[in-house]
Amino acid sequence: MQAPAMQTNVDLDSPLLEVRGLSKSFGALKALQEVDFTLRAGEIHALLGENGAGKSTLIKVVTGVFARDAGVVRLAGGEIAPRSAKAALDAGIATVYQEVNLLPNLSVAQNLYLGRQPTCFGVVREAEMRRRAKALLNGFGLDIDVGAPLSSYSVAIQHVTAIARAVDLSARVLILDEPTASLDRHEVEILFKAMRQLAAAGIGIVFVSHFLDQVYEICDRITVLRNGRLIGERETASLPRLELIRMMLGRELAETTETRAPAHSGAMGEVCASFKGFGKQGYVAPFDLELRHGEVVGLAGLLGSGRTETARLIFGAERADSGEAEVDGQAVRLNSPRDAARLGFGYCPEERKTEGIVADLTVRENIVLALQARRGLHRPLSRREQDEIAMRFIRLLDIRPPDPERPIGLLSGGNQQKALLARWLATEPRLLLLDEPTRGIDVGAHAEIIRLVRDLCDQGLALLVISSELDEIVTYSNRVVVLRDRAHVEELKGEAVEVSSILAAIAADGATAAQGAVP
Amino acid sequence: MKRLSPIAITALVLVAGFALCALQFPNIASTRVVANLLTDNAFLGIVATGMTFVIISGGIDLSVGSVIGFTTVFVALAIERWGIPPYLAFAMVLGLCALFGAAMGSIIHIFDLPPFIVTLAGMFLARGVSFLLSTESIPISAPIYSTVSDFAIRLPGGGRLTAIAIAMLVVLVAGAWLLHLTRFGANVYALGGSRATTALMGIPVGSMTVRIYMLSSVLAGLAGIVFSFYTAAGYSLSAVGVELDTIAAVVIGGTLLTGGQGSVIGTFLGVLIQGMIQTYINFDGTLSSWWTKIATGVLLFAFIGLQQGLIALSRRSAAKTARAHA
Amino acid sequence: MTLRLPRRGLAQALALIVILMVDRVVSPQFFNLHLQDGRLFGSVIDVLNRGTPVALLSLGMVLVIATGGIDLSVGAVMAIAGATAASLADAHSLPVVLLAALGVGLLCGLWNGILVAVLRIQPIVATLILMVAGRGIAQLITEGRIVTFTSPDLVWLGNGAVLGLPTPVAIAIGMLLLTAAVVRGSALGLLIEATGGNARASELSGVGTRTMILAVYVWCGICAALAGVIAAADIMGADANNAGLWLELDAILAVVIGGTSLFGGRFSLVLAVAGALIIQAMNTGILLSGYPPELNLLVKAVVVLAVLLVQSPRLSDLSGIMARWRSKKP
Repeated sequence: MQAPAMQTNVDLDSPLLEVRGLSKSFGALKALQEVDFTLRAGEIHALLGENGAGKSTLIKVVTGVFARDAGVVRLAGGEIAPRSAKAALDAGIATVYQEVNLLPNLSVAQNLYLGRQPTCFGVVREAEMRRRAKALLNGFGLDIDVGAPLSSYSVAIQHVTAIARAVDLSARVLILDEPTASLDRHEVEILFKAMRQLAAAGIGIVFVSHFLDQVYEICDRITVLRNGRLIGERETASLPRLELIRMMLGRELAETTETRAPAHSGAMGEVCASFKGFGKQGYVAPFDLELRHGEVVGLAGLLGSGRTETARLIFGAERADSGEAEVDGQAVRLNSPRDAARLGFGYCPEERKTEGIVADLTVRENIVLALQARRGLHRPLSRREQDEIAMRFIRLLDIRPPDPERPIGLLSGGNQQKALLARWLATEPRLLLLDEPTRGIDVGAHAEIIRLVRDLCDQGLALLVISSELDEIVTYSNRVVVLRDRAHVEELKGEAVEVSSILAAIAADGATAAQGAVP
Repeated sequence: MKRLSPIAITALVLVAGFALCALQFPNIASTRVVANLLTDNAFLGIVATGMTFVIISGGIDLSVGSVIGFTTVFVALAIERWGIPPYLAFAMVLGLCALFGAAMGSIIHIFDLPPFIVTLAGMFLARGVSFLLSTESIPISAPIYSTVSDFAIRLPGGGRLTAIAIAMLVVLVAGAWLLHLTRFGANVYALGGSRATTALMGIPVGSMTVRIYMLSSVLAGLAGIVFSFYTAAGYSLSAVGVELDTIAAVVIGGTLLTGGQGSVIGTFLGVLIQGMIQTYINFDGTLSSWWTKIATGVLLFAFIGLQQGLIALSRRSAAKTARAHA
Repeated sequence: MTLRLPRRGLAQALALIVILMVDRVVSPQFFNLHLQDGRLFGSVIDVLNRGTPVALLSLGMVLVIATGGIDLSVGAVMAIAGATAASLADAHSLPVVLLAALGVGLLCGLWNGILVAVLRIQPIVATLILMVAGRGIAQLITEGRIVTFTSPDLVWLGNGAVLGLPTPVAIAIGMLLLTAAVVRGSALGLLIEATGGNARASELSGVGTRTMILAVYVWCGICAALAGVIAAADIMGADANNAGLWLELDAILAVVIGGTSLFGGRFSLVLAVAGALIIQAMNTGILLSGYPPELNLLVKAVVVLAVLLVQSPRLSDLSGIMARWRSKKP
């Protein structure tokens, strides 16, 4: 699938990679709508947006993992349509993912030269290969033992190795998808040095990251996507941070203020669960949090700020190593989801497909799963009870099609989400944790889920909702906790719950030392 | 360094075990016993070499025992009943084995099926065909058989390094060369690391899979020929359960059953350990043969537990560094 | 996909009927039954009787496979339980013998379950250990001999009759009903299917996935032990070398024929047993037809491959591609 025109030489100012009017849908969900993207040779270009904004879909369409519905991709002026990652690589577009796509069990040198090792009568010339590998990595400022297994090195070095392999395979466009997510400051420096070198050599680099400090440090230009649409392309130097966050999260302020629910300014119920100094090292910094009956607490922050981590800690999916938890004034253990479920907690994870639904089982079985798990083996729900529960929630939440015996994998995302909600509602929980409940859901179902959140709250349930949609959070939250760099940094109450104040809290500078300081 | 440590443990077990045996029965520490040990386990060493490739690539081959059985029957019939010259018979049977392995590899790759169930079908198939060929033991009296079994290199101390032991050593050296020094070998490790990543890195995963299973079947065929020299007969029930001994030898030799790590040298040590246990039991005289199986099982558990422990340990240290960095 | 549920079992039923019809063609007396000494005799009864060990194994195996696991050690566990029963038979009463043998099976299952659920070792690897060592343990119990016994109670277990049916068949039916009652009568079935379908989602729903996995391996061990006792009772002796040899493979095959995916999830007890009967009906048919019984292994190999290929998701991809390809060139 190589483009015929790929050999043409172009000057540095003309676009190296050009995407025009790219669209891609998955069923009813429009993952990309008419997106444009331009990468110049020698620039480092940030591609930003929250989960579901369309970043990874854009990358996957450009690198041939997904087929596009409409649009054009040009590389150095020639149109390309790779059918696989391999074909994209051959055309000169290399991708390095967060989970390094190399083989941890092989040596660094083997990883660099797998499939093209220097040989002599069939024998790999190990010494020669290592010499070349060393020289190649030296070019990136790395001086390491290339004979050691890749797994013995830090993720940064693995990333640089992956980049070195790609560049050595004559890649001209390098896509780095969240390469710094698990790196410390020193490692980020190693990576950035390599990136600057490559950019200076005329390679175009797409940098996907949720660390804005790093984006400001290294990128020349920024493209922001939201909900599958292009929001804008700016020069980094002329884009204030608050403006950038607004592009990523917010809509216009005028739209959002009037959608606030007046009912929610009223009195709140009793404390349902409270956490003091609750945290886990390297996961979420210890936090204090009180959740009340009849109250919605929103968790806001950028991707990777510790929102999901907070929910998983509360639900016992990760074990806290500090602090204590109380439910109704009693100290409780939260060592496993089982513990949490017994206490009347419920959790709808963001990763619906891998952590939520059991795709092969029917809607009915998925709905009764948590309730049955809590009742235990010896107290099975009879088929009649199951049918009754399933039909009740199918009607209540308007799950479509209203067929309890359909495998849940065949339902649309919004209906799967409702069924997961039903799974927990059936247990009559006291606290419900919703992680991005409206992600990947079409507009109609979106509004319904928000209405549901409000109704549940009115019925006295305590709710903790995570969302990247700030206007949505503002709509139903009584309180909003803002997170930054895996720590709870601010709590907004009452009148202060506004998109602008959340944005300001997220963008606040200074306390961002953990992941890369100001250069 | 890390890759060596399981082998080091295997070597340690072997040396310590041998020392213990020699302490109790000084006669064991003689070239005669050691040479016999090599001869007795020649076919196991050969088939285990092939299995090492399969397991490192992340697969498993349950058909090898049946392929050995099939080979002995085919060779015996070809030479004794059909009047085919021995060398031609050997070439024919190895060709058949290659086809058989290629077929299994193709099915595994094309239909994306778990290797254990496909090679299980292969196991039924090969055993079934050998039963169909003949159900009785056929003695082989071709002159080459007596020539080969008479041939031996005298070792100081009265040991006889027989032709089939030499064959095993040659296969081991060739296997080590192929696995550790060639592109093919590097690709085998790569497959065991991650199939998807290997494909992404431009390695033809399909043809690699086919060739790996071909190699395993051909070596099983070769082991069958060696077995027929060892017993001077062809029998469709020979080498029943050898696949288990083979897998055990490979695992005891420090190869990870989940793939990606291991070595031919380690496998050789694993075979020697199994042979040593057998020798000890023979020397003891009061112990019964089933202790071999139990000891093998205990060793298997110890090594699998060790690997699991190492994995958990490295995961924990990785988590610790991540935490320290955060 | 939506049509899957009502169609479930149709293929297996058809296969069984076709094979029985072929058997009938091969041997005209196939369906003849006669009563003698309060026990039915005939080829169909023979199929049921001989199919009992695999049917029992498949009852445990199907649950293990439904959680996404596999148990390679059931053949060895059969040998251990058979050896235990045989060496106790003449000195102790039947309940003691049964309790001891089943207890041994329970322990074996517990061992496998701990390796898989607690130590998180891959099921194939974990159960391989007992598969290798188990036969040695059985030989240890029998001291390498074929232990024979004459205890009429235990012999009855293999050769007696209950309501005209051979005792093994009655026991197998009883175990099927018991397993079904336990699994479908409690929430176990649903939770096992959820665990096998998506272990992470199940755990996050509060399902004790470890307990599920432990439980299925234990049950599998008990079923294997029962099969071992019956096999020993049938030949009035325990042969540690050959009892249950290769039957783990037959049991896996029975489960696969019964439509349970090797990757876990939905399972059917009845269809797994039907799978065991299909295998036995083929065996008996080949025997009756006068072909060498060795043909059996060949036929089994072909059946394994055929069933796997039909179930393979890749095959439907391929046929989809073919259909598109065909529609492209009218």
